[in-house]
Amino acid sequence: MKDLFPLIKYLKRYKVKLFIGFIFIVISISLQAVYPLVIGSGIQSITTGKPEYPLYYYALTSIILILLGGFFLFLVRQNIIVVSREIENDLRNDFFSHLQTLDRTFYNTHTTGDIMAHATNDINNIRNMLGPGIMYSIQTFLRTAVTLAIMFSISSYVTLIALIPLPLISLLVYKVMKLTYSRSMNVQKSFSDMSTKAQENFSGIRVIKSYVREENELKDFTKISNDYQKKNLKLARMQSYSFPMMFLLTGLSVILVIYFGGISVMKGEFTVGNIAEFVMYLGMLTFPMIALGWIINLVQRAAPSMKRLSGIMETKPLVADSEETDNTILSEKIEGEIEFKNVSFKYPDTNIIILKNLSLKIKKGSTIGIIGYTGVGKSTLISLIPRVYDVTEGEILIDGYDIKKIPLEILRKSIGIVPQESFLFSDNLANNIAYSSDNLSEELITSSSKIAGLYKDIIGFPEGFKTIIGERGISLSGGQKQRTSIARALYMNPKILILDDSLSAVDTKTEEEILKGLKDAMKERTSIIIAHRISTIKNADTIIVLNKAEIAEQGSHYELIEKGGIYYDIYQKQLLEEEIEEAD
Amino acid sequence: MSAAKWKKHRIEEEALGKQLDSKLFKRLIVYFKPYKWYVFLAVLLTVVISALAAVRPRLTPIAIDDKIANNDFGGLQIIVLILLGTLIIQGAIQYGMAYLTSWIGQKIIFDMRQKVYKHILSLNLKFFDNTPIGRLVTRVTSDIEVLYEVFSSGLVTAFGDILTIVWILYFMFSLDYELALITLSVLPVLVIATSIFRKKVRESYRKIRVLVASMNSYIQEHISGISVVQYFVREKKTKEEFAKINQAHTNENKKSITYYATFFPVIELLGAISVGLVIWYGGGEVIQKSISVGVIISFIQYTEMFFRPIRDLSEKYNILQTAMASSERIFDLLDTKPQVVDIKNPVELKSLKGNIEFKNVWFDYNNEDYVLKNINLKIKEGERVAFVGATGAGKSTIINLISRFYDVAKGEILIDGVDVRNYRQQDLRKNIGVVLQDVFLFSGDIGKNISLGHEEISDEVIYEAVKNTGLNNFIQSLPEKINHPVNERGTTLSVGQKQLISFARALAYNPKVLILDEATSSVDTETEILIQEAIQKLIAGRTSIIIAHRLSTIQSCDNIIVLHKGEVKESGTHQELIEKGGLYYKLYQLQYKNENIIH
Repeated sequence: MKDLFPLIKYLKRYKVKLFIGFIFIVISISLQAVYPLVIGSGIQSITTGKPEYPLYYYALTSIILILLGGFFLFLVRQNIIVVSREIENDLRNDFFSHLQTLDRTFYNTHTTGDIMAHATNDINNIRNMLGPGIMYSIQTFLRTAVTLAIMFSISSYVTLIALIPLPLISLLVYKVMKLTYSRSMNVQKSFSDMSTKAQENFSGIRVIKSYVREENELKDFTKISNDYQKKNLKLARMQSYSFPMMFLLTGLSVILVIYFGGISVMKGEFTVGNIAEFVMYLGMLTFPMIALGWIINLVQRAAPSMKRLSGIMETKPLVADSEETDNTILSEKIEGEIEFKNVSFKYPDTNIIILKNLSLKIKKGSTIGIIGYTGVGKSTLISLIPRVYDVTEGEILIDGYDIKKIPLEILRKSIGIVPQESFLFSDNLANNIAYSSDNLSEELITSSSKIAGLYKDIIGFPEGFKTIIGERGISLSGGQKQRTSIARALYMNPKILILDDSLSAVDTKTEEEILKGLKDAMKERTSIIIAHRISTIKNADTIIVLNKAEIAEQGSHYELIEKGGIYYDIYQKQLLEEEIEEAD
Repeated sequence: MSAAKWKKHRIEEEALGKQLDSKLFKRLIVYFKPYKWYVFLAVLLTVVISALAAVRPRLTPIAIDDKIANNDFGGLQIIVLILLGTLIIQGAIQYGMAYLTSWIGQKIIFDMRQKVYKHILSLNLKFFDNTPIGRLVTRVTSDIEVLYEVFSSGLVTAFGDILTIVWILYFMFSLDYELALITLSVLPVLVIATSIFRKKVRESYRKIRVLVASMNSYIQEHISGISVVQYFVREKKTKEEFAKINQAHTNENKKSITYYATFFPVIELLGAISVGLVIWYGGGEVIQKSISVGVIISFIQYTEMFFRPIRDLSEKYNILQTAMASSERIFDLLDTKPQVVDIKNPVELKSLKGNIEFKNVWFDYNNEDYVLKNINLKIKEGERVAFVGATGAGKSTIINLISRFYDVAKGEILIDGVDVRNYRQQDLRKNIGVVLQDVFLFSGDIGKNISLGHEEISDEVIYEAVKNTGLNNFIQSLPEKINHPVNERGTTLSVGQKQLISFARALAYNPKVLILDEATSSVDTETEILIQEAIQKLIAGRTSIIIAHRLSTIQSCDNIIVLHKGEVKESGTHQELIEKGGLYYKLYQLQYKNENIIH
C-alpha cells in the first residue's frame, strides 16, 4: 500500500471535485435505496386491494427516484472518474517530462520497450484503481450500509439469512480474479513463447529450408501451440466457474428470502410486499459485493505499477546543471576552442577503458578529422563534448571553461551534432531542419540545406520542404537522411560542428560538394569530423588516428601518409577498393 | 511534431471493423465442421439454459400466490426445492457450456494456427524477402486470436441471447399479454438508446485508440531520438507537444465517460419505468382480481432479465465485425501461393553426384536489374570451386539458385545433367549442405542446433561433427556439453563459436554438395586457425562451392571464378589468376590487406 503514497500529492490537486463527487454518491445512493420501499409498499397495497394512494403515485414516485438517483450518479462519474483521467494526464506528463531530463546512462539500461510499458500499462493500472476503484469503493461501502440498515429495519431475521451468501460472493470474486490474473499471465507468457518461436522460424527460414526442416519446425511449433491451448483452457475453467458460482450465490439469496420470508409471512411477521423489497435490495447488494473483490484486485495491480513508476521518477540524471554551474557564462562567450586535458573515460558500471589519458587541443575555427578502426571510441570521444557522458578523469575545456561549469543548455546550443545514425522525426522536412528553433526561417532552411547538398533533392519533391518523412511519409535514402541531419545542425548556427561519420552514405562526389560548402560555412567555427573514408578528412587541419584508447597518430594528411602507419594502411586499402569498384 | 501532425494522426483511422461479409463468414464457418457435434451440444445446452432462466420467475408467483398466500408451508417447501434444483442445474449447465464453448474455440484456433503456420513455412524465400516478419508473426498470433471470440462464445451465446429473449417473451405473454405489451412498451426506447450508445462509444473508442497510438508513437519516437532532443535542447518543446496529445486523449476519454455516465442511468430509468408501468397497470388489474400479485413480482423479475441479452447482442455484433477484418488478412495469406513449386512428376533423386552446370543463366530478384547476366560455368563432381568478387557481384545469388530458392529468369541450371526444376525441392536440398555467412542459431541447446531435430542424427554423430570442427574443447568445457542452452539468436556465444556450430551442423548432415559462404567477421587468431582446419575437413571429399574471403581457402581451391557486376570476369587457379594480374589480383591484395588489418 505504501507504494501508492506518491499518489496523494496528485489526489490533493483535485480535492474539491473529489469531495463534491462524494456528496453526490451519498445522495444518489440514498435515493436509490428508497426505491424498493416504494415498490414494496406499492405491491403491498395491491395485495391488500385497498391502496393508500392511487397506484400511479407509486409508479411515478419510483420513476422520479431513479431519475434523480441516475442524475446524481451521472454527476458522480463526471467528477470522480474525470478526476482519475486528470490524474492519469498529470502522471503521464510528469513521467514524460522526467524522461526528457534523463541521460544516456539511463537509456543504456532501459529499453524503449520497457519505458513504453511503464508509460502505458503501469499508468493504466493506476488509472483503473483511481477511477473505478475510488468510485466503487465509496459506492460499495455506502450502498451496503444504507441497504443493510433498511433491510434490518424491516426484518433483521430475514436479512441475516438472506445475507449469508453475499460475503461469499466477494471472496469468490477476489479469489477468482486473483487466479484469473495469474493464469492469464501464464497464457500471456505462452503467447509470447509462440510469437518468439514464429519470429525465430521466419527469421531463420533459410536455414530451415536449406536443411529441409519444415516438418520438424512445425512439430515444435505445434507443441507450443498446444501448450498455449492448454493454458487457455485452464484459464477458461476458472472463468467458466466464476459466473455460474456468482449466479448460484445470488440466486440462493433470493430463494432464502422466498422461503424464510414466506414462512414469516405465514406467521404474519412479514408481508408479500416485503418479499418483493428484499428481492430488489438483494439485487442492489450483489453488485457492491462483486465490486469489492474487484477493487482489491485493482489496488493489488496498481501498487507494483506505482512502485515501478516511482522508481523511474526518482532516478536523478547523472549529467545535469549543479552548484558547479556558472550562470554567468552566456552563449556569446563561447567561441569554440576545445581542449581535452588528460581525459580518461570508461562507461559507468563497466571497467572497460575507452579513452586513456587523452590530451588534445582544437583551435577555434579549425577542422579536425578523427579516424580509426570500428569500436575504437571515436564516437565516445566526441560525445563527451556535449556531455552525453561526463569524463571519468581529467577535464574538457571550451574557451577555458570546464564544460561542467557551462550551463547545459548553453553548452549544447553551441554544438551542432550530426550523429552517426541520422535520427529524423516523422514530420515534414522544414520542421526537421529547423528542429532547434521555435520559429521557422525559410531563408535559413534554404541556406543550410544548400550547404548540406540537400536543396536540389528537396525541390525535386512535389511538396518540397513540406514533404513528410518517416513512417507516415516518404522514406529518404541513407544519404538524404544524413544530409538532412547536417542541415539541421547547420540551421542552429553553432560555434562547434561535429560530424560523426555523417557522410558515409553519400557518394564521393556529393561528399566533395558538401565538404566544400561546409568549408565556407565553417570558417568561423570549429569542426570535428569523424570518418571511415580518408577522402572525408584528408583536407582537415589536423587528423588524429585513434587506436587502443589513445591517439596513435596525429598530423596532416601528407604527414600521416609519409609516416606509413595505421593511416597509411587504411589509405592503401581504400585505394584498392576504389579500383575494384571502378573496374568493368 | 507540429500541431498539424498529431491532428493528422487523429484523423487517420485504423480499420476497426469490416462490414459482415458473407463469403468470409462462410469460410470461417467451415472451421466448425470437425466439431459439429460439440457445437450441436453447446446449442442444445443454450436452449436448456435460456428456458431454465426464464422458468424461475414463473415459479415465484406460484410460491407467493398459491403457497404463501394460502399458508401452504409444505407447498412452499416443494416450490423452494424446485427453485433450488433449477438454480443448481442451471449453474452446472452454465459452467459446462462456458467450458465447452471455450474448448471448441481453442480447438478451432489451434487448427487454424497450424494451417497458417504450415502454409507460411511452405512459402518461398522471395515471399519472405518482401514481407516483414513482424507481419507474419501477427497473422499467426494476434490475428487468429481475434477469431477466438467468434468461434467460442460468440456465435453460440448470441444464439442463446436470442433464445432467452424469446423465452422471456413467451412467458410474459403467456402470463398476461396486455401487461406484457405495456411492460415492453419501453423496449423500442431501450433498443434505440443502446444502439446510439454503442455507436457513440465505438466512435469514441476508435478516436481513443488512434490517440493512444499517436501518443505511444510520440513517446516511442522521442525516446528513440532522445539524444537528438537533448543535443538540440528541445526538451521543453517536446514536453509541450506531448502535453497537447495527452490532453486530447484525456478529453476524448472524458467524452466517453459522459456517454457511460448517461447510458447507465438511462437504462436504469427505463427499467424503473417498466416496473412503474407494471405496478400502475398491473396493480389495477390485481385489484380488479384479473391477475395475482405473484404475476406482478414475476413481471418485475422478467423486466430485469430482459435488458442484459439485448445489450450483449449488440456487443456480439461488434466482435463479429472486428473478426471480419482479421479473417480477411488471414485468408489473404492462405491464398498466397508459393512461386517456386515442384513439377507434377519430378525426377527421383536419392543421392547426388555433384556435377553442376550453369547454362546462359540470367536472374533478377524483383523484375529490376539483372543480378546475374548470362552466366555459364561448370563444376565437376568433387571439385572445390571458389567464387570471389566485390559486394554485389552476385556471389550469394549463385548459391541461392543452386538450392533452387529462386528460379532462374532465363537459361538453366543442371545438376547431374538434370534441370533443377525437375527435382523435388526437398530432395535437392537434402543433398546440398549450406553454411551461411550470418550464422543463424535457434534457441534450444547446442546439440539441437547441430542436428536441427533430425531423428537420424544421434548424439554420436553430433559429437563426431563437434570433434571434426574443432569445437570439442569448447564443448567439453561446458558442464552440460552439447545440451548447453543457446538463447535466442545465440547471443551468449562468440562469433567464432557460432560459426563452428554451423560447420558442425553441415558436417552432421553429410551432404554431397557443400555450399559455404564464408563469414568476413574478424575472430582471434586461435579461432581463425580452428575455422581454417574445420573448413578443410568440411570440404574434403565432396563437391564444394565456396564464397571465399580467406586467402588460405581461396588458394587451395581447384578453380576460382571471379564475378563482377553479375558476370564471370575471370576463372582459373590462384596461380593462373595472379599471373594474369587482372581483377583477381586486386581482390587478392584487398583480401590480404583486410586480413592484415584484422590481426
